[in-house]
Formats: sequence, C-alpha cells, structure tokens
Amino acid sequence: MKRLLILGAGTAGTMVANKMRTRLPESWTITVVDPEEKHLYQPDLIFLPFGRVRADRMERPRRTTLGRGIEWIQEAVDRIDPDKRQIVLGESTLDYDLLVIATGSHIRPEETPGILGDHWYQSVFDFYTLKGALELRSALSAFEGGRVVVNVVEMPIKCPVAPLEFSFLADEYFTKREIRNDVELIYATPLDGAFTKPVASKVLGSMLGDKGIQVEAEFNAGEVDGEKNILRSYDDREIAYDLLVTVPTHMGAQVIEDSGLGDHLGFVPTHPNTLVSKTDDHIFVLGDATDLPTSKAGSVAHFEAHVLAENLVRATEGRSLLEDFDGHANCFVESGFGKAMLIDFNYDVEPLPGMYPLPVVGPMSLLKETRLNHLGKLGFRWAYWNALLPGRPIPVPNQMSMTGKRETAASAA
Amino acid sequence: MPTAEYAGNVVELNEEGFLVDSSEWTPEVATGLAEEAGLGPLTDKHWTVLTFCREDAAQQGQPPGLRRISKLSGVNMKELYQLFPKGPGKLAAKIAGLPKPQGCI
Repeated sequence: MKRLLILGAGTAGTMVANKMRTRLPESWTITVVDPEEKHLYQPDLIFLPFGRVRADRMERPRRTTLGRGIEWIQEAVDRIDPDKRQIVLGESTLDYDLLVIATGSHIRPEETPGILGDHWYQSVFDFYTLKGALELRSALSAFEGGRVVVNVVEMPIKCPVAPLEFSFLADEYFTKREIRNDVELIYATPLDGAFTKPVASKVLGSMLGDKGIQVEAEFNAGEVDGEKNILRSYDDREIAYDLLVTVPTHMGAQVIEDSGLGDHLGFVPTHPNTLVSKTDDHIFVLGDATDLPTSKAGSVAHFEAHVLAENLVRATEGRSLLEDFDGHANCFVESGFGKAMLIDFNYDVEPLPGMYPLPVVGPMSLLKETRLNHLGKLGFRWAYWNALLPGRPIPVPNQMSMTGKRETAASAA
Repeated sequence: MPTAEYAGNVVELNEEGFLVDSSEWTPEVATGLAEEAGLGPLTDKHWTVLTFCREDAAQQGQPPGLRRISKLSGVNMKELYQLFPKGPGKLAAKIAGLPKPQGCI
C-alpha cells in the first residue's frame, strides 16, 4: 500500500483528506495526523466574545468530520524527515509516499515582550483561541467604560479582516449596552491604513471613522507594559489601554521549524500556483501553513484544495502539475448591526466593488455593507460543516473572476 | 508616471514614490531618495540594511518584511526604527529601489 499522509486536520487538511477519498486508487491509504480531539469552527471566534454564539456549538468531534476510510492518528508530529520520506511521532515513525503539510498558523504571544504575564487574561486578551475568546467574553461583560485597544502586532495574520470585524462588533456591542459614549475604541495596526489593498483600505478606513474608531497606523508593537497598561511601539509611541485585545504574531507550527522546512516565521516556501513545496517534490502545502502572499483564510484553503486534489492525483501518476491556483480569496467582513461586506480578490487583483457571484443580480454585494451579506456569513456555518469540510462542490467559481466587478479610478491606477 | 533625477540618474517612480524598475537603482539614487525622506546622510548601518534588502529581494523575488530584515541583517528592530523612522520595512524598501513590501494579506 502507498500512503498519502496529511499533517493537520483543520479546515485545509480535512477538506483535502475528504476530497482524496474518491480520487485515489485503492492501492493508496489516506492517513491524517492531528492531536486535537475536536474540530473548531474558527469563524465564530469573532462572535464569541460578544456572547452571540455558544462555545459548545462551535466544536464537533474530529472523527465525524473525516470521511469513512480515512485513518486518523491522534498524536503530535515531532519531526518531518523528507530524505527518508517519513515523520517521527514520539518513539515511532511513519512512512509516506506523498505528504500534505496543513499544520496551519498559530498565535505566538511570547514573541512580544510583556504580552504574557500576570495581566494575561486580566487586561490583555487574544480572541484567536477558544480560551482567549471565552476569557475576553467575561472581561467585556464586566467592562463599564474606558479605552479598548485592538492591536495587530505584525503581518501576516490568520483572517486579516478579523481584527476589523472585532472592532465593528465591539462598537455595536457597547452601543447596545448603552455605554458606547464611555468607551474609546482604538485600532492600532502596522499597516499604513485599515487594510493592505488600497480600494478596500479606503472603504474600511472610512467605516472605522464613521463608527468613531480611531486608527493608529504604522504602529509596530514592540512591547506591552502590563503594570502601567501601556502598549509601546518600536519607535516609542505609547498607547494607554484599559483593555488590550491583541492579535499576536503568527507563526507556522513548531514541527516545521524543528524540521528546518520553514521561513523566518515557520511558513513553508510553496510554489504559488501548484502548491508543491519549493524544496521537495513529494511534499505539498495547503492553507495557512504556506508562505504564499494571499490571505490565511478558510476560503483560500478551499480554492487551494481544488487545485491540490488534482495535483496529488497527477503526482501519483507522474504527470506534470496543474498551475491553476491564482491566490483567490473571498471573505465576509462582518460590520456590525446586522450587516456585512464581501470581498473577493487574488494575487493580482485587489478587492473591488460589484456583485457576486453573478453580475448585476449577485445576490451578494462586493465591498458594500448589506443585510444579505450578513445572512450569507451566518449561513456559511451550515455550508462549512455540510459542504466545505466534506469536500463537496459549492457554487462559486474556483478562480477569481472579474465578472460583475467595477474597476475604480484608484484600482486602475 | 513621474520621473526624478538624482545625480544624473533618471528613474521612474510610482505614485507612492517607489521605483518602478528596480534595475534603475544606483547608490546615488538611494542617497537622493534618503534625502527626500528626510533621513540625512546615509551611514554604514543604513547601507548594511539596504544591501541586505537588495540581495535578499534578488534571491527571494520580493522585498523582505521587517521581521526578516531584523532577523537576518544583523540590525535589530530598535535600530531599524532609528535608521528608518515610522515604517522601516517600507522606507528601507523604497530607498533600496524595491517595490513596497506586501505585508501579505
């Protein structure tokens, strides 16, 4: 028997495992390695701190997300040895013929001096973990006024719109609690505006302004002084806070670093169109684990998985790889008060206004706040568990399309 | 696209002031761009960073991010902010004649 080995059963690894069940000949086994008992629906982490979802509804037993016939080893991987084509799990080893690295990206609060300490989960919180989001929920419900600072420590981060969404939802939350006038909201980012791409940055930036959220741009957080409640940048700018919501540095999984396969942040150098590793033909990389210049997001993993599934088949047959992945990403951006925006972009084309997925009739509006986009975001929960993870086709084009989009003066420049 | 001239070197700049063609860059261009950015005379430390950025970009096909510069050039984060105030990643790339770093999204 030959083995397709998939490291990590998050959104990316689970999708590709399920897709490959029907794609590989019977002489292949599919083995997934992931130490965690449960699969977490991460998009709901932005709603949890505001008490809008229940934590116990965000997780499902991993076994139920993996199709029949997929072998699951519930252990942590210590090392990958590409020369021997095997992985090391504690005392044992496991050989592979093809390897998919889908080990994700993870927050590393310890990378910034002062984030961890006595004040961690007292006045300083993350919302990228279930624990962090739950602790933040308690802190927010006890918060009666003061300054809330949302800080992105450095790029890249998972779901780059999440800190913006968090800020929009915080504005709504404090408004509904009728204490918005007693709360100062500050968004501190290392970028030179709200977002990396000009047209979307302008739209999102003016939304922050309209909601009375102050932006501190080009703010590169160097340290947190947890005793004095001060966030300090490398060039000694200071922002005082009562509650600091940090989006810490993200890095690839430890096993990548330990195996010498990562870049300076532990992300795996990956061919941008085929998804094969730049150093080894038997290794493919999927989702947040890659070093590709696109969003670290489930939608990207979905579009990648489509190309990867085909390329894994081609690799088993010794055929040349499809160079079809274009960096396609699309994300709902929850903007508060029952509305959301949708953005759609790739390596070359930034998010533009228009309709999606069909021109004129949409029904989703791009780069514009609507109620329907919000419902789309909520409906996505069902689609995630029932279509996306099982690897079933969903009715959006895999490559980004310009159909239905309007080029603006700024985007044409 | 606007052009600029630094000590006889004519270069094309985009609307954010980055060189359109990285191969038009010369050390004199760097000196001119640094002056415009209000940096004053470039020191050896500046050149260490600029040289690293150009070499790394040539190898990697994209300008290095801030963390990569501080980790691999031997100049630490605090110093980078003193040398290239506000956004060192962006400013160093600009003066090194490279495109604006993507910051990945």
